[in-house]
Amino acid sequence: MGLPFYLQQSLNGISFGLLLFLLASGLTLIFGLMRVANIAHGSFYLLGAYVGLSVMRWTHAFPLAILAGGATVAVVGGLMQWWFLARFHQQTLSQVLLTMGFAFIFSDQALLLWGGDPQSVPVPRALGGTLLLGPVYFPAYRLFVIVVGLAVYVGLWVLQDKTRMGATVRAAVDDAEMARGLGINVWKVFTGVFALGAFLAAAGGVIGGAFLSIYPGADFDVLPLAFVVVIVGGLGSLKGALAGSLLVGLLDNFGKALFPELSYFTLFAPMAVILAIRPTGLFGRP
Amino acid sequence: MPRLRPPVQAWLWTAVTLAALALIPLAASTYYLHLLTLTFVYGIMAMSLDLLVGYIGLSSLGHAAYFGVAGYTVGVLSTRFGLGFWPAASLSVLAAVVTAALFGLLAIRATGAYFLIITLALGQIIWGLAYRWVSVTGGDNGLRGIPRPALGWGIHLGQIHAFYYFALVVTAAAAGAMYLLTVSPFGLALRGIRESESRMRVLGYDVWLHKYLIFVIAGAFCGVGGTVYAFYNGFVSPTDVSLVASANALLMVILGGTGTLFGSVVGSALLVFLQNLLSGITQRWLTVLGAILVLAVLYAPAGIVGAGQVLVRRLGAPPRGTAVAAPTAGPNGVSGS
Repeated sequence: MGLPFYLQQSLNGISFGLLLFLLASGLTLIFGLMRVANIAHGSFYLLGAYVGLSVMRWTHAFPLAILAGGATVAVVGGLMQWWFLARFHQQTLSQVLLTMGFAFIFSDQALLLWGGDPQSVPVPRALGGTLLLGPVYFPAYRLFVIVVGLAVYVGLWVLQDKTRMGATVRAAVDDAEMARGLGINVWKVFTGVFALGAFLAAAGGVIGGAFLSIYPGADFDVLPLAFVVVIVGGLGSLKGALAGSLLVGLLDNFGKALFPELSYFTLFAPMAVILAIRPTGLFGRP
Repeated sequence: MPRLRPPVQAWLWTAVTLAALALIPLAASTYYLHLLTLTFVYGIMAMSLDLLVGYIGLSSLGHAAYFGVAGYTVGVLSTRFGLGFWPAASLSVLAAVVTAALFGLLAIRATGAYFLIITLALGQIIWGLAYRWVSVTGGDNGLRGIPRPALGWGIHLGQIHAFYYFALVVTAAAAGAMYLLTVSPFGLALRGIRESESRMRVLGYDVWLHKYLIFVIAGAFCGVGGTVYAFYNGFVSPTDVSLVASANALLMVILGGTGTLFGSVVGSALLVFLQNLLSGITQRWLTVLGAILVLAVLYAPAGIVGAGQVLVRRLGAPPRGTAVAAPTAGPNGVSGS
C-alpha cells in the first residue's frame, strides 16, 4: 500500500465528503439553524434519489433528474414543516418523534414503490470518463461531485451572509419574536428554510445515487453520517459542515479500506474524541 | 410534592395484576404466552428508558444499544464458549453497564436535541459493529442457537410455560426495583432536575452525577431485558439494535405515558400485540409504526395511561388515589427535551 493507495483513497474520501456536504448543508439549515432534529433527513436523500432515478429513466436528462428529485422532496419537506412541525416549535422530543414517524413511513413506501433491489442512477455520458491524476485514475463523475459540493458551499455562504434573504433567516432564527415585530413572517421563513434543506438532501441523493447505490435502508445509513458532520462541524456553521464532511468522508473511506469490519467504529470514535475536547464542535459557537 | 407512599388501592391493583398474570398460563395458548413474554422483555427495556425520559428528561434515541450489547454478549458467550446461564447473564448485564458508562461520558454533557442525536449516533456504532464485525457477531445473519438455559435447582427454561414465569418474575423484580428507585430521595432529585436543573444545582445537587448515574442504571436494567430476550429468542440480529428498535422502545414509553414507569409495560403490550395481529394482515408494519408515532404526538402526548387519566377526570368523580401507582407525567409531558 504505497502512495497511489493513499492518493486514491484520499480522492475517494474527498468526493464522498463533498457528497455528504450536500446532505449535511441541508441538515445544518434544518438542525443547526432551526434546531429541528430531523430524523427524516436520510429519507429526503433516499426519496430524492428514487425520484431522480425515475425521471432519469423517462427523460435521460441528468439536470432535470436533480431538479425534479430536489423539488419533489422540497415540497414534501415544506408541507411537513408547515402542517406538522411548526406547531411543535422548539419541542424537541415531539419533533423527533414526528420526523421519525415520517421517516418510517417514507422508508416503507419507497420500498413498496421502487422495490428492494439496489439500483443506481445512470451516470450521464459527458461525465462518464476517467481522468489520469498522477499515478491514479479518477472517475470524472467524482470530480463533478467535488465541483458541485464546492459550488453549493459558495452559493449557501453568499445566500446566508451576503443577501437580504439570508439576513431575514438569521433574524427569524435568532429572535423569532423580534423578527415578527419587524414584519417578517417567521413561519414562511421557517418553511422556506426547511424546504431548501430538504432540496439539498434530495439533490444530494440524485447525485450520490450515481456513484453509490440506492437501496432500502440507505436512508438510515446516511442519517447518522449527516448528523455526525453537523455535530463535529458545529451546529449551524457552514464552514464547520464543510470541514466535518471532508473529515467524515476521509475517515469513512480509510476506515472501510483499512479496517472493513470496524469501519463504523473508526468513523464514530474520532467524533467522540472531538466532542470530548470541543463539545460545541469545530466551528460551533459556545 | 409527590406521594411517597402509594395508596392501598395501588398495592391491591398490583397484587391483582400479578396474580392474574400468574394464572394466565392455565388458560392461554402458547401463542399468547409468547406475546406476553415478549411484552415483559420489551417492557423492561421501555421502563428503563422511562427512567431517562420520564424522570430526568433525557430522551435517548439509542436505547437499543444496551439491549443489543447484552443480547450479543449472551449470544457469543453461550454459543462460542458454552457458558451457563448465571455467568453469561452476569457478564452480559456487565457489558451493558460498561457500554452505558462509556456512552454516558459522551452523551451526558449534551442537552436537548444534542443529546438525542448523540445517543442516536452512539446507538448506530453498536448497530454498525453488529452488522459489520462479522467474525464476532455473524453480521447480517446474527447469532443463532442460543440454548434455553437451566437455572440450577432443577429449573430448566426449555418450555414456554417455564420461561413465561421466569420472565414474569424478572420483570416484576426489575419493575419493583425501578419503582423503589424513583420514590427514593435519589429519584426525587431526578425529578427535581427534570423540572429545574439550575435550581437543583443551587440546592447543592451534583446534576451531572445524577444524570450519569441514572443513565448507567437505565443501561443496566435495559441489559437485563436484553439478556432475557436473547435466552428466550435464541437468536440475536442487527435488527435488535437498529434505530427502529430504539424508536420502538421510545414509542412504548410515550404510548404508556412518560414518567409512569408501569405505563411503559402497557405501551410494550400495545406494540407487541398490535405488531403480531397486523403481521397477519399487512406487510407494512413500518408504515403503521410511523403513523402511530405521528398520531401519538398529535393526539396522545401524555400517552394512553395519561389519556385515560384525563378521561377519568373528565367523567367527573375522580377516585381518590387513582389506580395508577406511579406519578403522572410532568406538566410538559412529551414536550420536554
